[in-house]
Amino acid sequence: MRALPVGDRALLIEVGSGEEAEALHAELLRRRAAGDLVVAEIVPAARTVLLDGLDAPSRLAARLASWEVPPVPARAKAVVEIPVRYDGPDLADVAAHWGVDAAEVAAIHAAAEFRVAFCGFAPGFGYLTGLPREVPRRSTPRTAVPAGSVALAGPYTGVYPRSSPGGWQLIGTTDTVLWDHARVPAALLAPGTRVRFTPVGAA
Amino acid sequence: MTDRALVVVRAGALTTVQDLGRPGYAHLGVPRSGALDAPTAALVNRLVGNPPDAAVLETTLNGCSVRPRSTVVVAVGGAPCPVTVDGRPAPWGAPVRVPEGALLDIGAARAGVRGYLAVSGGVAVEPVLGSRSTDLLSGLGPPPLTNGTVLPLGRPARAHARVDVVPHPAPPSELVLRMTFGPRDDWFTAAARRTLVTHPYAVSSASNRIGLRTDGPALERARPGELPSEGMVLGAVQVPPDGRPVVFLADHPTTGGYPVIAVVHPADLAGAAQAAPGTPVRFVAVRRR
Repeated sequence: MRALPVGDRALLIEVGSGEEAEALHAELLRRRAAGDLVVAEIVPAARTVLLDGLDAPSRLAARLASWEVPPVPARAKAVVEIPVRYDGPDLADVAAHWGVDAAEVAAIHAAAEFRVAFCGFAPGFGYLTGLPREVPRRSTPRTAVPAGSVALAGPYTGVYPRSSPGGWQLIGTTDTVLWDHARVPAALLAPGTRVRFTPVGAA
Repeated sequence: MTDRALVVVRAGALTTVQDLGRPGYAHLGVPRSGALDAPTAALVNRLVGNPPDAAVLETTLNGCSVRPRSTVVVAVGGAPCPVTVDGRPAPWGAPVRVPEGALLDIGAARAGVRGYLAVSGGVAVEPVLGSRSTDLLSGLGPPPLTNGTVLPLGRPARAHARVDVVPHPAPPSELVLRMTFGPRDDWFTAAARRTLVTHPYAVSSASNRIGLRTDGPALERARPGELPSEGMVLGAVQVPPDGRPVVFLADHPTTGGYPVIAVVHPADLAGAAQAAPGTPVRFVAVRRR
């Protein structure tokens, strides 16, 4: 675990893997809830957790060395199910990368259990880990990806909450609303949420 | 019964509703947003007797005009510009009474970029996640104003500030950004780190509420490859593949995959909000407090 200072008020804590980042994130949330840590933002990411709005980052950095971080906590939370039509325009490209047919891409995706490692890019966009195979981004990003597109990139899968540009491989679509600011909570997916995709009849 | 609202007559190049923003949701991918020149937004609110979290209008370069449906007290600050009420000159940087139905015009900036209009009672559009700010990156909050938009106003506070003159920094002729190196300065060559603090840069016309883009020498990377996405702070100096530093402003993405060479001191970001394209930029390295 390595703590990098970020300006005067933040620390970027770097760990060795995505799993360690999730475990550290859970531990930081636990310590904040216990009143042991005062911080404005805790932002988990691929290999890091950012703590922003700290009074004394260097003091916390020194304390971190002695922390015991338990592994990712037991998967007690309910699984969010997202129904998907596997009808995306990049299904054939992903199938070619994996050396399988399009139906098998859908089967692999629908069989996996995912977990939101971190969010970013847009409100409600979660980077979900658990994909058993990787796939590169598209060489040319699309200028507009429709809302509800189910996509793959690198080791991640995700769902576009709103129409936006994007370079991920689109394998399907869902009607599930990922972000609704009139809803509490507004985001369907938050770091740590477990997710399964369930196939529904192709459009 | 009075109709407490503002009718937008001329929306201007880009006019948005802004308050203190929505911090605390970065883990969901929600930018903090809020007024880019926060000290000026607080100042104009004070001039009309509003609390600091009241929503104001943030204009860009060519101001805007509005017609209140009831008599209000307003104050205009930020980029210096002409202010008129029904065509008659009115003071800038001071409280002004605008009668019901009169046309308040905020003219083009004579210097600087962003103007701020506070109205007694504050702009009272529906908050999203505790803030009325327009967030251009993720589309949260009210959309940028268009001609004909009607903005509801809140109930005014009783007391107005009684001031004639307020200290107000002029828009910068040179933007000096104090910064501390890190967290990813080791992704750049020693020469690139030196270039950043010794070479003049200039504000690029591609700048917006998301980032202050700069023109100048490209910063050379010491290590190739991709950085896994990581959390980003306000003021982060991110270096995309073209090597030109971008300073993250209020609507910045909450995570990003390009290395951050340094972080600008938050007190210097108000100046960044007012630096017009072409303004020279000097990055000054300071030691961490």
